[in-house]
Amino acid sequence: MNRGAVSIGRAIATPAVGPLVVLLVFCAIFSVSTHTFLAVGNLSLVIQQSVIVGTLAVGQTIIILTGGIDLANGAIAVLGTIIAGRMVNDGGNSALCLLLAIFLCTVVGLIAGLLVSRLMLPPFIVTLGLLGIVTAATRLIAQGGAFPVTDDLLGWTGNSFLYEGSGVTYGMLIMFGLYALVWYMLTQTAWGRHVYAIGNNRVAARLVGIPVHNRLLSVYVFAAFVYGIGAWLALGRIPNADPNALQNGNLDSITAVVIGGTSLFGGRGSIWGTLVGTLIVSVLRNGLTLSGFDPLWQDLVTGVLVITAVAVDQMSRGKQR
Amino acid sequence: MTTHPIVDAGALIAGQTGQKSDRSLKPGALSRAPQAALASLRIAVGTLSLATLAGVCGFAATATAANDQILIGLVTKTEVNPYFVKLRQAATAEAEKNGAKLIARFGKFDGDNEGQVAAIEDLISAGVKGILITPSNSTGVLGAIKKARDKGIVVIGLDTATDPADAVDATLATDNFEAGVLQGEYAKRALGGKTPKLAMLDGTPGGTVDKQRHDGFLKGFGIAEGDPAIVGKQDTHGALDEGQTAMENLLTAHPDINVVYTINEPAAEGAYAAIKKAGKTKDIVLTSIDGGRLGVQYVKDGKIAATVMQFPKIMATKGVDYVIEFVKTGKKPSGFINTGAKLITDKPFSDLPSENTKFGVENCWG
Repeated sequence: MNRGAVSIGRAIATPAVGPLVVLLVFCAIFSVSTHTFLAVGNLSLVIQQSVIVGTLAVGQTIIILTGGIDLANGAIAVLGTIIAGRMVNDGGNSALCLLLAIFLCTVVGLIAGLLVSRLMLPPFIVTLGLLGIVTAATRLIAQGGAFPVTDDLLGWTGNSFLYEGSGVTYGMLIMFGLYALVWYMLTQTAWGRHVYAIGNNRVAARLVGIPVHNRLLSVYVFAAFVYGIGAWLALGRIPNADPNALQNGNLDSITAVVIGGTSLFGGRGSIWGTLVGTLIVSVLRNGLTLSGFDPLWQDLVTGVLVITAVAVDQMSRGKQR
Repeated sequence: MTTHPIVDAGALIAGQTGQKSDRSLKPGALSRAPQAALASLRIAVGTLSLATLAGVCGFAATATAANDQILIGLVTKTEVNPYFVKLRQAATAEAEKNGAKLIARFGKFDGDNEGQVAAIEDLISAGVKGILITPSNSTGVLGAIKKARDKGIVVIGLDTATDPADAVDATLATDNFEAGVLQGEYAKRALGGKTPKLAMLDGTPGGTVDKQRHDGFLKGFGIAEGDPAIVGKQDTHGALDEGQTAMENLLTAHPDINVVYTINEPAAEGAYAAIKKAGKTKDIVLTSIDGGRLGVQYVKDGKIAATVMQFPKIMATKGVDYVIEFVKTGKKPSGFINTGAKLITDKPFSDLPSENTKFGVENCWG
């Protein structure tokens, strides 16, 4: 048990140093190779472009920390945009519609959580099934097409202050706020310790009296709540509810989590690593475009980074044992 | 982009097997081998990362070599569809020919508005003079387009119009309604005097182009929506397998179908497979639209009676030319510019202009 506690402590204490170095190296390269990368407006863009995947990755991180995986997060967020958008366009009160949309996203998380924690179904299968169900439901509600959403409150997260268009958007603040909140929950509360412990060794966690089922349930519910917020951020980014949007949200968020150094086996990783992982992908995409590259290079380098990150995780695991 | 899931799934699987072997490791005699393996893995990973970084540095250095070049951005829907690949290649070639540089980006899937918006933003940052875009969704990228135009960048829609159409400076596209009319007029003539039993294999519900082609076909065929001659309609999402399933089901329900509308050539190929299986290739007039290499081949092989060709290369080259003209003279293009559609068939009718498959092979895309 003692050993377990030590390794949990180390996992939490391990900062996202490796990914951060990679991020800084890329930033340095693009700062030298282009004269536009370091412009304030451009850096603001890179973060704005990270907001949706970055938020989906918050939920993905805590689920992966428990040893699970979420394939349905993008679909849940799209469900949120469609529900909120449709109801507001039909004349509903914006605040109520937004809250209801976030609530319904959370309900999907509740279903996932119950299936994972009570029926002990594998998260991969549960969320794969939900991906199909939620996507189909979204298309049924959207009745086949995308539609513009012009409501002020739903689009508020895309507004910016400092200077218009290239400053700090409220969406960014919300995303950073979510990261700070989850950092606090993971490192400063018993709940967070339990999440790491469950991911490290579920049997041991149960034996020491951690309410594994309830913690798992709460993880899926909270993650889906975060996806609901993600839906709001998505409407701020693009005032258009499209049932075909965010199809790669699941894989993009897993990519961010893995590049950020969180272990796919659970129990190890940090939420800040995920933020860095998200930014790495955005910086690459932006920087390679500014440098005038074929965009396929972005996918190629991202693929290399994913495998590198998993390899590093494997190696450091070997070291610990 | 289709490779994306495979890469990630691969990482997952690799991770999971890794976990098992990791757990089975016991301290002792066996541990040396894995450690050696780890060491070599570490070296391999290090080399790989270094190589990547070096590669990026090298390319970045070459990419910024010519700073005063005219930069032109292109944002296509996806890289999955050969139509857009061809469009991108044609634009790149045309830019090079004029001493300009084309920076291309694309969405990852149909409906990737976020990817297209990010692409436009990045292109604005890169300092392009003009952006050519095939919007994934006609309302999904309006905000980003406005940002670009506010910065004095000329924005030209390719292939798909925005809604409203004047959100971009100009649109270079096939008049899909007109293309559908050609398809319908041919189908009507090919059917001769027979009573039509029409099956319609549509694309994606709610799609702009899908509706224009569908409506155009009916106009050319000379009937209205809801006419009893239409015995069945199915959505195929323009995919081969879905086209086949849809046609199989329609033929089961209505064995007397004698004319088929398809949204594109993959759907037509699927329909042909179903028709062939039912032994009805002689009884059914199968028509399509698009003008891809395979599609023209199907016409040549006699699988499809006729297809309507569109010209993505013209959209791409004209788009690039307009941007260069704008940079040189300040003149912006405007409105809808039809890049034309041509009927391709080897069984022509004298009162309906068409080209044969020889022309088709020479001018097709993809």
